Amino acid sequence: MAAVFTPIPARPAPVRTSGVAAWLRSNLFANNASTVATLLILAAALWVVPPLANWAIVHAVLRPDADACQAARGIGACWGVIAEKWRFIIFGRYPFESQWRPEVATILLLGLLVVSCIRSFWKPWLAVIWVAVVPVFFLLMGGGYLGLDKVPTDLWGGLPLTVMLATFGIAFAFPLAVLVALGRRSNLPAIRSLCIVYVELIRGVPLISVLFMASFLFPLFLPVGKSPDVLIRVLVGITLFAGAYLAEIVRGGLQAIPAGQVEAARTLGMSYWQTQRKIVLPQALALVVPGIMNSFIAIFKDTSLVTIVSLYELTGALSLALNSDANWRPFKIEGYLFIVLVYFIFCFAMSRYSLWIERRLGASRQR
Amino acid sequence: MADGEATRKNRGPSPPPRARVWSWRSQAFRGLVFQVVAVALIAFGLWYLAHNTLANMQARGIQSGFDFMKQPAGFDIGESLISYDALDPYWKAFLVGIANTLRVAIVGVIVATLLGAAIGIGRFSRNAIVRGICYAYVEFFRNVPVLIQLLMWYLLFIDWLPPMLDAASLAGLFYVSKAGFSFPVPVWTHAYALAGIGLLIGVGAAWAYRGWAMRRFEETGHVRSLLLAPLGIVVAFGVLGWLVGGAPTAWSIPKPEGFVMEGGASATPEFLAVLLGLVFYTAAFISEVVRAGIASVAHGQVEAAGSLGLSRTHAMRLVILPQALRVIIPPLTNQYLNLTKNSSLAVAIGYPDVVSIANTALNQTGRAVECIAIIMLVYLTTSLSTSVVMNWYNRRAAIKER
Repeated sequence: MAAVFTPIPARPAPVRTSGVAAWLRSNLFANNASTVATLLILAAALWVVPPLANWAIVHAVLRPDADACQAARGIGACWGVIAEKWRFIIFGRYPFESQWRPEVATILLLGLLVVSCIRSFWKPWLAVIWVAVVPVFFLLMGGGYLGLDKVPTDLWGGLPLTVMLATFGIAFAFPLAVLVALGRRSNLPAIRSLCIVYVELIRGVPLISVLFMASFLFPLFLPVGKSPDVLIRVLVGITLFAGAYLAEIVRGGLQAIPAGQVEAARTLGMSYWQTQRKIVLPQALALVVPGIMNSFIAIFKDTSLVTIVSLYELTGALSLALNSDANWRPFKIEGYLFIVLVYFIFCFAMSRYSLWIERRLGASRQR
Repeated sequence: MADGEATRKNRGPSPPPRARVWSWRSQAFRGLVFQVVAVALIAFGLWYLAHNTLANMQARGIQSGFDFMKQPAGFDIGESLISYDALDPYWKAFLVGIANTLRVAIVGVIVATLLGAAIGIGRFSRNAIVRGICYAYVEFFRNVPVLIQLLMWYLLFIDWLPPMLDAASLAGLFYVSKAGFSFPVPVWTHAYALAGIGLLIGVGAAWAYRGWAMRRFEETGHVRSLLLAPLGIVVAFGVLGWLVGGAPTAWSIPKPEGFVMEGGASATPEFLAVLLGLVFYTAAFISEVVRAGIASVAHGQVEAAGSLGLSRTHAMRLVILPQALRVIIPPLTNQYLNLTKNSSLAVAIGYPDVVSIANTALNQTGRAVECIAIIMLVYLTTSLSTSVVMNWYNRRAAIKER
């Protein structure tokens, strides 16, 4: 009997490892625990999202209409409060007709900040521009010359103040931090101990105590009757505070430079300062850019504390805007959400930049 | 400093000058001069500040000294762990403030560690939604100032929660209202003191057991439980203490009586706002620390663990975490210190921590130097002592290199 050829059945097609279904399977329903987690989270979302969406979108009042907001209170969000008060929140009590000045000054500062973030601009003249921008900023904000009205510093507020305190705080702290970091690694015992005491003292106390010091003690420290403006005092406080943190970051960068390079420079007959300026610092500072950026983000957020010593930056301007107006006072949460968004956009963008530059700088060391 | 550098700069390489101790060219001599100048400048600066301060105080008629600490404070404090009233002296008010700061810091550190570790590990989940939520949590909470988070939590508590009269309750045991969060507590008897002593003895016993088990393991290779058994010992001793004390089971359950909550224990909205704000903010940073620590363990280790037949859980506990902890602990300490220092923001919402008390005292007595010195001293002590303890632990956990 002739054998009849009967092929064995074909194997089933392999399980797809790409495409939507496969992604869902491996990322949402990979095993029992994962499936349970997915289902629980979806159930929670169904429970939380609709009421939230109702409040934030469906029943929300968008027009700046206090009565409509009052009627929707508890049911819908009152985004009208932002439409009504955004100028006050962003610019504080700065005179309305001159608000182009803080606008220009802030854009100038932010522009300089962006430029400073681009590697091909890391040249000596960048430092010169920074030095030049400081008086321009104060001239624009304070006025009193060139036909600009004089605006006393207690009227400055909102976002320009936040950006200014953070930017100048870090910019002034940076040279201080480099010196302190070098001092902490110096082999001169007196200088080393002074730097250690400064850094540990400042890092051990909260910013608020430094701000209290700026607000209450600096007037006592200076000659009788010669106390500078509260804004300057707070800026000095923030600079001293940021300086200690930055110094530690810079020191981390200095430590990453192999000792052999310093020894090689000494062998070439370079002095201490030549070695630091031409060999160590250019490499070390490039390494610590992400750290400086993180510290800038921290200071940017921490400027919200100056509200406590009655300077009205973004957080303070919001309270000022809403507390002074009984019609809008109940809608503070919407106002808070607005400034949360402002802070988030700034800080998130900066943290993305920090990550990106970290990868770029690390690229040369990756093999 | 700059002169010496400028003259040498344009000269190009030249043979090093011969060392002459009294010459400007001698490095040792220059170093000495710099140090003397720096110390003299600092000393002069300090003298100048002190001189001005005294002159200013005289001009404004401000008194100085810590003698005010013995005077009655004259203000009430909303919540306090020790008995205090407005007639008590200032030093007691400060003590209340320090206790409140420590309370919120200790509870905050514990909760933030748990939440942060969970979120950090969640970043490695196989479930995409869990990963996404953990990522969004971290990015949101660490990019918003903690002060605004505190203010928002406080606003939520005092604005959105029901008033005391119709407090939301869970099973009649827990109540949430504008007045805070009330929960049942056991009625305090000496049995709980005994249980506490039992727990302490249990910790000692568990420590001894662990040492014994480790020695046995190294001698014989016989594995004994190093986690559950010691925990069991601790709990057993605690329960034993409680049983010896007569095993009391009475609980004090909160009950709304008009405008006050009778019985139970409660946390004020100020405390909760500070706690939640600090916990949610710090947990975001802690989770990044944990994530970085886990990611720092080479992937080959996971694969090696897998090829030895360890399950995912075992690989995590026995291979990854012990190595990750060494990377995690130093930045974790920093986060603990940050949380403690950030608790000073409580002053913004009226939680009576040490800064808030010092601020009130400062406004009442005008002794700015003294009050700010106290604030700084309290935080410096906490920071430095925490660093000492953590450095000790860090040395213990570090890889023993030969």
